[in-house]
Amino acid sequence: MPESGEIRWQGADIRSLAEEYSRSITYIGHRTAVKEELSSLENLRISSGLAGFEVNRAEAQESLSRLGLAGRENLPARFLSEGQRRRSALARLITCNTKLWLLDEVLASLDRAAGMLIESVIGEHLNKGGIAIVSTHQELHISAGSFQRLELAS
Amino acid sequence: MFRWIVARDLTLAWRRRADVLSTLFFFVIVVSLFPLGIGPETQLLRLVAPGVVWVAALLASMLSLGRVFQNDYQDGTLEQMLLTPQPLYLVVLGKVLAQWLVSEVPLVLIAPLIGVQFDLAPDTLWILFVSLLIGTPILSLIGSIGAALTIGLRGGGVLIALLILPLYIPVLIFGAGAVDASISGMSPQANLYLLAAFLVVSLVFAPWATSAALRISLE
Repeated sequence: MPESGEIRWQGADIRSLAEEYSRSITYIGHRTAVKEELSSLENLRISSGLAGFEVNRAEAQESLSRLGLAGRENLPARFLSEGQRRRSALARLITCNTKLWLLDEVLASLDRAAGMLIESVIGEHLNKGGIAIVSTHQELHISAGSFQRLELAS
Repeated sequence: MFRWIVARDLTLAWRRRADVLSTLFFFVIVVSLFPLGIGPETQLLRLVAPGVVWVAALLASMLSLGRVFQNDYQDGTLEQMLLTPQPLYLVVLGKVLAQWLVSEVPLVLIAPLIGVQFDLAPDTLWILFVSLLIGTPILSLIGSIGAALTIGLRGGGVLIALLILPLYIPVLIFGAGAVDASISGMSPQANLYLLAAFLVVSLVFAPWATSAALRISLE
């Protein structure tokens, strides 16, 4: 935890904004929040619903197939590989129409093809005027928008 | 939002039926052991029945409480829930409601049936049912505070019991008291009203305390 300082969103401290700030972000961390007992479809619809963006089956299916999970939507997540679980978590980026994306190690356990898919999703988001803060160990190739790189030496 | 949480937890519970059934069977077995151990003295059985059933209900609720937040904490869902644009109060209330429906309601429903082993009169069985119906949501609500405080701790299960069981004592006294009163031919009304008052107070304050505890545990 940081000892001092504050984080501001559109000029106001995020602690005072609270729920209003939560409404404008999508955070996907190390732990993917994918429930093993639920299918990718259920996982996506529930996590989007929790974030305040209700999606119907067709919309959820569409964003899952965008991330290459077509045909596996109804499989319980425990039968998916780590990379597939991660992609089904990342499908929330497409269903939730938020401005700021906070992505922690977004490319972890994804192969190059899936990585490029994510890069293009992030690129689209930037082109639409969105913001993404991404921490990663791998090289991230974003063709669109403007982006800043911050190298953190250990 | 609220309904997403409840529906989600009910679906998860359905997919993990064994967990839910283990709580119910624990309750049934603990309560059934007493008549076997004490023997067929109906007078004595009737005397201990309220205490036995209620204590078993408290212990059974301990079993299921550990799971309320633990799984969601481990896979990161809890973090996401803290980041939802709705008040955390509602998230907690939804989870507690789902826990009560899944783990406590079956126990409340079966209690009159196993109460027969203690030679309780139909009137008394009815009071037992009502007292559990009012009392068990209090157990879920208070228990959620302990569950929230102990997430991520090793040996959290024991700690929950130490934290929460003392807080259950008033519920035990008035819950068992209502059944006791009914056995000895008095009106159980006073006890039930007090239980209901506890329920209202814990409904207001417990989710709030649990939210605060969750924020502390996840910082």
